[in-house]
Amino acid sequence: MAKASLRWQCRRGMLELDFVLERYLDRHYDAADQTEQGLFARLLSAQDPELQLWILNGVTHPDPAFQPLIAKIRGI
Amino acid sequence: MALNKRRFDALIIGAGGAGLNAAIQLANTDARVAVVSKVFPTRSHTVAAQGGVNAALANVLPDNWHWHMFDTVKGSDYLGDQDAIEFMCREAIPTVYELEHNGVPFSRLDDGKIYQRAFGGQSQDFGGAQAARTCAAADRTGHAILHALYQQNVRARTHFFDEYFAIDLIRDDEGAILGALVMEIETGEPLLIEAKATVLATGGCGQVYRTTSNAHINTGDGMAMALRAGIPLMDMEFFQFHPTGIAGRGMLITEGVRGEGGYLVNRDGERFMERYAPNAKDLASRDVVSRAIVTEVKEGRGCGPQADHVLLKVDHLGEEIVSKRLPGIRESGRIFAGVDAAHEPLPVFPTAHYVMGGIPTDPYGRVIVPQGTGEEVVPGLYAAGECACVSVHGANRLGGNSLLDILVFGRAAGLDVIENLQEHKNHRPMNESSVEAAMARLTRWDQKGEGISIRELRDEFRKTMEDHAGVFRTEEIMGEGVEKLKALRDRLPEVRLHDHSKVFNTARVEALELENLFDTGIAIAYSALMRKESRGAHSRPDYPDRDDTNWMKHSLYFREDDRMDYKPVRTKPLTVETFPPKARVY
Repeated sequence: MAKASLRWQCRRGMLELDFVLERYLDRHYDAADQTEQGLFARLLSAQDPELQLWILNGVTHPDPAFQPLIAKIRGI
Repeated sequence: MALNKRRFDALIIGAGGAGLNAAIQLANTDARVAVVSKVFPTRSHTVAAQGGVNAALANVLPDNWHWHMFDTVKGSDYLGDQDAIEFMCREAIPTVYELEHNGVPFSRLDDGKIYQRAFGGQSQDFGGAQAARTCAAADRTGHAILHALYQQNVRARTHFFDEYFAIDLIRDDEGAILGALVMEIETGEPLLIEAKATVLATGGCGQVYRTTSNAHINTGDGMAMALRAGIPLMDMEFFQFHPTGIAGRGMLITEGVRGEGGYLVNRDGERFMERYAPNAKDLASRDVVSRAIVTEVKEGRGCGPQADHVLLKVDHLGEEIVSKRLPGIRESGRIFAGVDAAHEPLPVFPTAHYVMGGIPTDPYGRVIVPQGTGEEVVPGLYAAGECACVSVHGANRLGGNSLLDILVFGRAAGLDVIENLQEHKNHRPMNESSVEAAMARLTRWDQKGEGISIRELRDEFRKTMEDHAGVFRTEEIMGEGVEKLKALRDRLPEVRLHDHSKVFNTARVEALELENLFDTGIAIAYSALMRKESRGAHSRPDYPDRDDTNWMKHSLYFREDDRMDYKPVRTKPLTVETFPPKARVY
């Protein structure tokens, strides 16, 4: 998916998600490999409360393939 | 190229709780309903409302709508309209049951009834013992409501225009609203949507401030569209601030942190709240703590390289207690501020949370404007939710009443549109000059050449709003602010886009949002400057008391000539006795 489209998908209902998703897009997306870029696009299709659980509350994503990406988005 | 056009019976702009609850009423009839949303509906800001919905169901403790009404009138600092408040508190009960039937999974008691939790500001028997009035779906009430209403709308064949941005309302020469010009964000193509009735449900405008808890989408789009259509905004000076947002970012840090023993310090390490509130200290009321923080920063005792925030300390509690009792705050500090609260203090500053003011409506969602010595309805236009001002929150909103507001008045607007459509079977003739004006707003951004960037002007604007129309409001500070804001507004025509592509040009959307921020922000600044009293969330050190003799009235700001007008508070309820103004003591 084009980056411009992804930027709009980073617009969420919660400020907290806006912040972490845009931060990832600006800092890490361009340098990420295709697999990670694809995972990011898939992650953006999740509902806000799910993203909140995985990214903000640190709950493990059911698919382990997402964990490294989520760690990067958390930025800790 | 010819402008694409679509026709619907009703157009709803915004797909949060208010918009979707209006849409579902209509979609269950034969009406053709369009919902325009700049983001996917379940990404609306309603999703961030985790608290719950107030309704006097009396499932946990004795309760009735009249007590709820008393609490709401008192909470509004007597600026709320008592007929609208009675309407809301009565309608709360069927509204919650309707949501239940629409599939919202409310938390339950053992006997199967909806569980209700106690919240601040809720009382039994007109100011007596604590009431328990808030219905919740665990800690994701907003999402549960959005999800259920969205599914119901899809099933009822509501037509969704997802990722479409509303440019402006279209109106005829008599002021009737004929629909709106919108733009598909993906292609940049404009689309004219004609409708017999248009409902604005675009949410709040917290993004006018540098530090806000509102999502990036909350740019006051519907409010600004109303202003540009000649409609005033009401009571915009009343904006709720939360004392502790993460500095420079805005995310809320719950008051519970100070309840657990956290405290605020300035650059000298001083616990400054002891000076402002010797008894309550860090647990003083929100406006007292917010103003104290801003005073410390203004007087040069702020922290950080810019000396623009204070620090919230919890590290003295020890890592074990912080991890156990404040795990969410520790995570927030690490993710948003790069600070581990168990070992270092958190940088905080007051964050803009909720606007009580908005587009003036009656309890049926109809937009009303002054006419002669009275008021009249704007034909074809409705507003509901945070963008509207009914007014049920008056000068301050109670917890649990914001979701209630959007649901009750979204529903009421939808039901009134149904009646309206019975009487108005045909579309009014289109007004080409209004369409051209709306198109000009869009094509203005095709101008090329050197100019100011959106970010530069937006950052300066939001900082000016924070410094001059935020929590610290004196004549001098606000007067200076209005002049600065006007000077910034004069620079808007110099802003240029560097990217003129059509496909997913988010800079173009941000440019249109910037204009909306200016219109709504300046409405706030003017209204605040003019109100010379302290009431609810509007707190002025130079006019520290509530002045019911001169100021128990609603403000109306008009964009044309930045004009102010006022209208009386409606103190007569629908069926019960008036609650006369009293000192607001909790």
